Amino acid sequence: MLSAFLILLGCQLLGDVIRTAMDLPIPGAVIGMFLLAAMLVLTARRPRAAVLVSLSRVAGTLIEFLGLLLVPAGVGVIAEKGLLTMQWLPILAAVVGSTVLGTAVTGWVMHRAIASRRKSVAQQRGAPARKNPS
Amino acid sequence: MLIGIALVAALVLATGTPYQTYYTGAQFLTFLLGPTTIALAVPLAKHAAVVRPNLRSISLALLAGSVTSIVSGVAIVWLLGGSRTVALSMAPKAVTTPIAMAISEQIGGMPALTAALTILGGIVAAVTGQQVLHVLRINDWRARGLAAGVAGSGVAAAQVAASNELAAAFAALGLGLNGLLTALLAPMLVALWR
Repeated sequence: MLSAFLILLGCQLLGDVIRTAMDLPIPGAVIGMFLLAAMLVLTARRPRAAVLVSLSRVAGTLIEFLGLLLVPAGVGVIAEKGLLTMQWLPILAAVVGSTVLGTAVTGWVMHRAIASRRKSVAQQRGAPARKNPS
Repeated sequence: MLIGIALVAALVLATGTPYQTYYTGAQFLTFLLGPTTIALAVPLAKHAAVVRPNLRSISLALLAGSVTSIVSGVAIVWLLGGSRTVALSMAPKAVTTPIAMAISEQIGGMPALTAALTILGGIVAAVTGQQVLHVLRINDWRARGLAAGVAGSGVAAAQVAASNELAAAFAALGLGLNGLLTALLAPMLVALWR
């Protein structure tokens, strides 16, 4: 369990080092996440290695308690309540509008891309569209 | 989680504790956000196998959804007369909260405000998302899952994941990949907006 946690911290450190060394505008933790994901995909053939099992367990626990970790940040908003009361309209409109728009665009493009691929596969084979192209 | 925030906020206000004092005390929780962000790699890697057969569709939808979320969030705040700080805090709000906070800090927003916006956006996506997709006649679970993960942070992703296994995989993917993509795109798009 300790080694799994050290892997997580090590990836964060590595991400921060890469960010500083290459002067990237990306948060170090995101670089670290990408590195660990790449590493896990590459080692996917040995899913039962002890470190990987405990890593998976530690990660699951941390993600499960993500809500608790966010409480200080959420409380931080009360320190800015003047900002919130002054700009409640742009904030509320943007959260609702942008979220609905983002959902619709992502879903629609994905839907169209799957449909067009299905059609082109069917044309190549001269057969009716398959139900499940994956 | 919202109840927890409300309770702690009420306690901090009632006892007259300066936020700075509370923040210093709660620093350990904030410290754990870093490893938790890294931990998101585990569900991302677990579902990486479904990427390859859908690579082109996922790339297109992810790019379109990510740009739409960033640009529309900033644009609506700006059009309605919000400040630049609020607009910048809005930019990464579709991404999972720990990544959104890191991006917000990077581009000059307020991480605490971004965290609140992310959670709020996640609730909006969880409540309206499936309805919106239904109206658009998008019934494919891959599209529904990806949309929830890309646009609705962890809240909507968890909600859609509960209803379908394929949607769960695509929601986890959308969540992780959009975290990466927004971390790349947001600083670039913000640099264009002066």
